[in-house]
Order: sequence, then structure tokens, then C-alpha cells
Amino acid sequence: MKRKVWAGAAAALVGVLALSACGGGEDASSGPVSLRMTIWSANEAHLALFNEIAEAYIAAHPNVESITFDPIPFETYTTALTTQIAGGNAPDLAWIFESSAPDFVTSGALVPLSGKLSSVDGYEYDDLAEAPLSLWQHDGELYAYPFSTSPFGVFVNNDLLAAAGQPTAAELVAAGEWTWERVIEAAAAVHAATGKAGLVIRDFDYRNWDNLSTFFGGWGARAWSEDGSQCGFTAPEMVQAMTTLHEAIFDKQALPGPGTNADFFAGEAAMTVTQISRASLLEDNFAWDLVPLPAGPAGEYAVIGQAGLGVLRQSDHADVAVDFLAFFTNPENSAKLAQFFPPPRQSLLTAQTLAKTNPKLTPEQLQSVVIDGISTGVVKPSHAGAAEIAQEVRAALDPLWTPDADVAAVLADVCERIQPLLAD
Amino acid sequence: MSTTSTQIGVGRAESRPTPARRSFWTSRRRDHLAGYLFITPQLLGTAAFVLIPLVLVVWYSLHEWNVLAGTFTYVGGENYQSLLDDRNLPAVLRATALFSVGLVTVNLSLALLLAVLLHQRLRGTMLFRTLFFSPVVVSLVAWTIVWGFLLQDNGGINAMLRLVGIDGPNWLRGEGTAMWSVIVVQVFKNVGLNMVLFLAALQGVPSEIYEAAEVDGAGRWRQFWRLTVPLISPTILLTSIITVIGSLQVFAQIAVLTQGGPGTATTVLVYYFYQQAFQFHHFGYGATLSLLLFVIVGALTFLQWRMRRRWVFHES
Repeated sequence: MKRKVWAGAAAALVGVLALSACGGGEDASSGPVSLRMTIWSANEAHLALFNEIAEAYIAAHPNVESITFDPIPFETYTTALTTQIAGGNAPDLAWIFESSAPDFVTSGALVPLSGKLSSVDGYEYDDLAEAPLSLWQHDGELYAYPFSTSPFGVFVNNDLLAAAGQPTAAELVAAGEWTWERVIEAAAAVHAATGKAGLVIRDFDYRNWDNLSTFFGGWGARAWSEDGSQCGFTAPEMVQAMTTLHEAIFDKQALPGPGTNADFFAGEAAMTVTQISRASLLEDNFAWDLVPLPAGPAGEYAVIGQAGLGVLRQSDHADVAVDFLAFFTNPENSAKLAQFFPPPRQSLLTAQTLAKTNPKLTPEQLQSVVIDGISTGVVKPSHAGAAEIAQEVRAALDPLWTPDADVAAVLADVCERIQPLLAD
Repeated sequence: MSTTSTQIGVGRAESRPTPARRSFWTSRRRDHLAGYLFITPQLLGTAAFVLIPLVLVVWYSLHEWNVLAGTFTYVGGENYQSLLDDRNLPAVLRATALFSVGLVTVNLSLALLLAVLLHQRLRGTMLFRTLFFSPVVVSLVAWTIVWGFLLQDNGGINAMLRLVGIDGPNWLRGEGTAMWSVIVVQVFKNVGLNMVLFLAALQGVPSEIYEAAEVDGAGRWRQFWRLTVPLISPTILLTSIITVIGSLQVFAQIAVLTQGGPGTATTVLVYYFYQQAFQFHHFGYGATLSLLLFVIVGALTFLQWRMRRRWVFHES
């Protein structure tokens, strides 16, 4: 009996030791190279293209065994990425949101790229437009490549507009009536006539307020001053814009209220503000169009969303990762990626070039929304410590999303809460 | 088994006329060693996943860790000073207290009520026991996501209310309704577990006691308060400790349903610590907040344990 007890105890201990032995890692610096890139898209078309580019690179580089694209949900992307970095499990390459660009670019977390990219034969570094690069540079050095510089536009369901007796978006544009005032009127008419949503600012969801820059930009309002030191929520143009938005939601019901979901691409809304990369969600089950953002009281304007691609300093194979980044974004692959992600390459930013890889969009749509948008657009709000500032703004804006909100008082509270963070 | 072995060992020793030297490995020591070897896997796990992280959290709380820059700077008590200066913290602690008090009260009351009802010998009690317990085995996140859809402004709950002419509130977006919505979602998720524990306790109460009380003229209500509650008080203590600790650790429900909003109405301590550490990259301050949570959980558990002498009727 006693022997059995001993045998049992020894077996348990051996089991634990065996399990702990299984946790041993291999030496990352030896043997063939495997790269991992974190992305926030799980779109099959995107992944198919990425894998095609990766396979071409692996074929030409026998030392590279595999390149994995690791999709992380959009909502928790930056949190997951920084947690991986904190845990010493950083990817080799990572997509980076424009909102967190200042944090990544200035922290030293990324490997400098300018030297490598400008020295690769055929890369045509000078072809990169200066304006899209500025957010991703620090002290004249490029730390991430803005592989997507995508202006926001408005996708329109002309069938729903027609059902409400409204002119099509193209007719409104042609008549010079493509303004926020008229768009809100049409959206309210659609909701009244069909019960469907009139206008959806995609991904806003009454939480991700930075998407509202596509709206308040029409009034010339900004979340904060250009140097990031002064809050802009109490500026008269912001109060005017948010008052208009509040009335559109709660008085005119032109936008679905908080907690109500409506997916434009499923035919549940007449209009949605989003980027052209969402065109892949269109299934041609209704007559649609893509037009620029409506003009506001401050005139015509454009807003750009950007995504950067950088190499993490923590990577065991940073040199190989930079080399792959140079391949991934060379002129040939940039042209392929342009069907989803407008590149910062001037030579590719022509309606004819983009039309080749954007079969769903006409040259006119590409010219008016993408090319004109990139040349005049303002990048969505970004700031060092963006996540904390965004959370403070979200919490302070919550009282605005009730029917009887005092717009000016809520916006004053926003500034009171974020001004200390902006000044830091 | 160990007692027998020891006696045999002693017997052998006595049978020898002059034991020159007692072996180091006495039966008692062998038993101890065997016991320690058996618990070694658990001890190693506890050390790796509880004790060492706990020490590290204390260490982190004395530092400012910039994950992106890869810097780790000693700041002494600065993070503890930040606890006092943090203007969001009072609201966070209020939300945490409201959630805990709400959850513990509603959960234990409902679990006890269900247990008493399902303790009756009625037809269909097994079906209802299964129904109430089944949410316990459902994935927490899946459960919460489904409730998120139901609680939307145009979701299932308000659709049902509209059928009876009630215009329901925007449950998860309203300052006054968001926290209670989260509490109810969590109560329905776990009330079955406490219900089963109460049921087991109720089944352990001898029926003769009730018969005697009935003979003495005690009504059902009096029997419940004077007999049932005291006799199941150890289980009430256990469930209250488990529920209090669980309530202070709520995270997934908040992350999925409200993300701490509206405003900071549902930003409980664990979610706030997550925001500070993983979203704002203030890992040092996040570690300090987690220590605050540790102290609160420890203090409440200690308090409940001390109070058991006053209100736990009997303990085995």
C-alpha cells in the first residue's frame, strides 16, 4: 500500500516536470525565419492578397519559412498589440491606427524605415507623397509606412432614397445640393417613409466619437488645435455642428439613436459614412453610389483615415521584417493593395490606375472621393496618449446622447476633462 | 492508512532489543514527504500563477512601465499617491460598491427563493432546476453578447414591452438603467449555482425539526426564519463570500455590454484597472489599482469570516 502511495506521488511529480519541460522554447535567432504581422482585418479578400504577396516573397527568400497574418479584432486591436509587446511576444510587423500613431512613432517601439526604403532598388521612395507620411515621421525619420490613406465618403442606397421620393445622391451632387442640411433632410424622409435608418456614421456607435470628425469637419471644427494643445469642443463651430447632429438624431430621426444597429451593406440604411475599403462588402443587392462627404457651412472638405505598417523593435528578425515591408509596399504590390487601401504613392493616385484594381468603383467615384480626398483631406484626430483622451471624450460625450441634452454644457465638460491631458 | 503504518513502525522498533540508531526516514517523515509530493503540482501552479505574479504586481506598482518605449522606471510611492489624486476613482469605487451590493443582494435572495420553491415535492421541479442551472454552464461571453442584443434599444426586451404598451428605456445607455441591466444579466447567469448550493443545504435539514416546530405551532414563515435560515447559515456564508469575491472581479460583462459607460456609470474597479494598464499603458498605476482590489477583496472576506460567529448557527 505504502509503495503505491510513493508511486502515485512520484508519478504526479514526474508529470508536472514533464509538462513544464514541454514549455521550453526554441532559439528564435537560429534556423529559418518566420514572420508574423498583426492586422485588424479578417476580410478573406484582404487575406488572400496578403498571402499572395507573402508567398511571392518567400519564393524569392529561401531563409524565410513562413509569413503569418494575425487578425486581431478591430475594437481591441491596439490593446492586444501592446499586451503582446508587454508580454515579450511582439509581432514582427504590425498595422497601427492613425489615432495611436504619435504614441508608437515617438516611443521608440518601431524600427526606422527611411534608410532601408530609400535604398531598395525600384522602391521609388520619392514617389511617396509628403502629406500622408507626416503623421508617421519623427525628427525627419519614417517609422511606419501609411499603407492605407483612405478618405471617407458616403455610400448611398439609391433604392431607399427613391422609396422616400428623394433624388439620388448623384442628382443632389449635380444640383449643388449635396450638403449636410439636405442629406439630413433626405435621411429623415427615408426613415419616415420606410422605417429604415436614414444615415449611419459607420463605426461611431455612440462610442468611437473620432468618426464624428467626418461630420463636424463640415463646420470647420476640430477636436483639438493643430499642435494638440488646446481643446476644440467648445469652439462655436463645434457647438453648432454637434447641435445639428443632436437635432438630426433626436428631433428628425435622420440617424438611428444610441443602441440601435443598422447595417448599410445589408440594406438597412440609406446612407453611410465610411471608407472605400468597405466597398468589398457591397453585394449589388441594391442600387448604390459613392460620393464625397457633403459640404457643411464651412464648405467642402475631406477626412482621411490612415493605417500605418511598422516593424517592431522587439522583433527577433527586424532586418528581415523591414525587407519584407519594403517588398510588401513596393510599386507593384502597392498597385495590388490599392484595390482596398489607397497608397501614398503619387504615381498610383490616378483614377485610371485605381480603377484597374477597384472594379466596383467608377473612375468618377475614385477621382471625387479618393484622389481629391487625399489631396485636401484632414487626418482623423490623433494625439499622444490617444486612448486615454478618447476614453475621457467618450465618457464626457455620453450625456449628449439623450433627447434633452444641453449640447453646450456637455461640450464644455469634454474640454474640462481633456484639457489637462492635452497639455501634458 | 497513515495511522496504521505508524503503529506498525513503532511495533517494529519495540521488537528490536537495542536500536542502535533510528533511521531518518521514519514513517511519519515518509508520510509527510508523500503528502508534499502529492500537493507539489498544486503548489507549483499556485506559485507560478498566484504567488509570483502577486509579488511582481507589488514590484510593478513601484515603477512606471512604458511598454512601447520599453522603459521601466522606479517611481517609489508615486502610483500610490495617484490613487489619492485620481478624480475618477471615487466614481469607480461607487460603481463597484453598487454592483457588488446589488449583485449579492439580488443573487442570494433570488437563489434562496428559488431553492425553497424547488425544494417542494411538486411535479416539474427537476425541469425548473435544470432550467435555472443551465446558464451556469453557458459561455459567459456568449451569454453576455446575447443579452447585449436583447437589451438594445430596438432589442428583444423592448419589443416584448411594446407588445404590452410599455415604451422601454434604452437599458444599456441610460445612466440609471445600465448598471442594473448588467447586474440582472450577471444574476441570471450565476443564480443557478447558488440555488443548487442552497438546495443541497435545504436537503440536509432534517424533516423532524419542521414536524416538531409544526406541533409547537410555528407557521411556515416562522419556520423559515427560525429554523431554515439558521440551519443553512454555513451555506449562506459560503455563497455570500463566493458571490462578493465574484462581484468584485466582474469584467467580461462590463467589457461586452457597456464598456464602462454611460459616462463612468458602470466602470467598476477591475474594468478601470484594465483601462489604465492595457488601454492607457499605465501598467504601474494599473498594478496599484489591482493591489487596491486585492486589499478590498481580502478585507471583505476577512470581515465576513469574522462575522460568521455572530450569524452562522452551526459549523462542522
